[in-house]
Amino acid sequence: MDWVALELSVRLALATTLILLVIGVPLAYWLSFSRWRLKFLVEAVVALPLVLPPTVLGFYVLIAIGPQSPLGQFYQALTSRMLPFSFQGLLVASVLYSLPFTVQPLVSAFSSVDRRLIEASWALGVSHIKTFFRVILPLSLPGVITAIVLSFAHTLGEFGVVLMVGGNIEGITRTAAISIYDHVQALNYEAAGQTALFLVGVSFVVLAVTYGVQRRVWAVWPW
Amino acid sequence: MALVASFQKKLSSRLTVVADFSISLESPSVMVLFGPSGAGKTTILRCLGGLERPDLSPNPFPKGKGSSPLSLGEGLGERSYHGKILYGDEIWFDSEQQIWLPPQKRRIGYLFQEYALFPHLTVEQNIAYGLSHLSSREQRGRIAEMVELLKLYSLRGQRPGELSGGERQRVALARALAPKPRLLLLDEPLSALDAPTREQLRGELRRLLLDFQIPTIVVTHDRLEALSLGDQMAVLIAGRIRQVGSVPEVFSRPADVAVAEAVGMENVLPARVLTSEHEIMTLDVGGRELTAVGSLSGSGVFACIRAEDVILYKEAPVSISARNHLRGRITGLHSEGPLVRVTLDCGFPLTALVTRQAQEELGLSEGGQVVAVIKAAAIHLIAR
Repeated sequence: MDWVALELSVRLALATTLILLVIGVPLAYWLSFSRWRLKFLVEAVVALPLVLPPTVLGFYVLIAIGPQSPLGQFYQALTSRMLPFSFQGLLVASVLYSLPFTVQPLVSAFSSVDRRLIEASWALGVSHIKTFFRVILPLSLPGVITAIVLSFAHTLGEFGVVLMVGGNIEGITRTAAISIYDHVQALNYEAAGQTALFLVGVSFVVLAVTYGVQRRVWAVWPW
Repeated sequence: MALVASFQKKLSSRLTVVADFSISLESPSVMVLFGPSGAGKTTILRCLGGLERPDLSPNPFPKGKGSSPLSLGEGLGERSYHGKILYGDEIWFDSEQQIWLPPQKRRIGYLFQEYALFPHLTVEQNIAYGLSHLSSREQRGRIAEMVELLKLYSLRGQRPGELSGGERQRVALARALAPKPRLLLLDEPLSALDAPTREQLRGELRRLLLDFQIPTIVVTHDRLEALSLGDQMAVLIAGRIRQVGSVPEVFSRPADVAVAEAVGMENVLPARVLTSEHEIMTLDVGGRELTAVGSLSGSGVFACIRAEDVILYKEAPVSISARNHLRGRITGLHSEGPLVRVTLDCGFPLTALVTRQAQEELGLSEGGQVVAVIKAAAIHLIAR
């Protein structure tokens, strides 16, 4: 079994999930409560990774973080390293790729909080932001858990985007999914099978625990 | 010091809610905002609470050809619209200065129809929710006070899901009252309860509201609730306030036919004025003559008669002070608990309310003949 690749996959999934929570919660709040007419455009952009082939997304991310791009140059000036084919580069791509899996469960959870509870909080003199932390977030806990689990599991299993942006560098960008592909290419079916089985096991356990905890059918579903 | 509400809110091309009233804040009283459902009562309450913004201009979105400018004219006037909500000299809303105070700054207590208790918090945490600006000692004091006042001792640690409807209502009241609001807004406070609980809590709520000494506005469509909770009453029909007055006054002397119907005046009879002298008017109702007290100008009026003011006799009584004697045929009998609602045809339909005993003693049955007697003073006249 390729422990190095598995460890890398888990590390990438954890970091991605953490970053996505920080970005996703405010974004989902805005999407849930904004009355802006053109909000649907943002919703469509957020949902794009659901339908785009990973290679397309990976291609654009590669261009966007490459040494020619402003972002790539900025990062290079800052760290004197390059984003493509690095863990950090993978992180950027994973965050974009898994964004809908964080945002959509959050939006559906925030929007289903009874409007009157929010108004009751305002009428009691509590500000919008405090109302979010004291009423909306606690009542959206199942949605938050779903978002975390989905983002983690989805990042764990990504392949195309990683290959496009990260390549296949052992210990740096060779994730479990890529390692399986590698082993199959080398006709090393035994090693591939072990890693694959392990991934199936991890994903199953994570999802099963979530279902068990929430006791709700379709809890782990992005929309 | 008064709460002044003068604004409008367009809900659809067919319904614009117009509020135009003021409430004295010096002697806190309970004002009932009464009307059939869909009249816009809750909208007015929400605007007062800051949960909804009144319109900034008399014509907030382009109007279709369907709605007539006249319907606006009778409210605030299309041209001279100046929407405002004032609490004493504090401006909560002003359409000209574009001021709108958010609900957080109004210091109000708002009771939602279904109570909207926070399901993830205990009773005590619910009550404490609006107190985070106080020190924890003050908070504990305020919670204890509310628990005492609303008798919530045994419920302190429970969550809303475990409470009965009546208990939820008390907790919601405690939560609204704990921050000591300057104005209490109650949206159908009893409608979410089952009938027996509602009966029981009606009186209790009135006593509590008197105790608090906080100006209160209660929205309701229930006549009994209006009668038992309110001091003052405003009747809202199709977005317009049709009458403001003391509760008994509105119930006994409705300003127009729509109000009469809304407050459950059983008999609203179109009548033609025959003579009018010394505040005694003779009317023609469906070919029969009625004597009433009043001095309305115009040839047409509505005569309003409460069913309980109609007395039934088997034979025409001799020497009796009541002026109006009408022979009629019974067209229907409907029992309502201890009472029986008798509908008569006296040349016009008339409804009377008598006890079951009276029905038996008089042998009232469908098709039978009776004489209905109505005092002239029991007929309330409305201009047509």
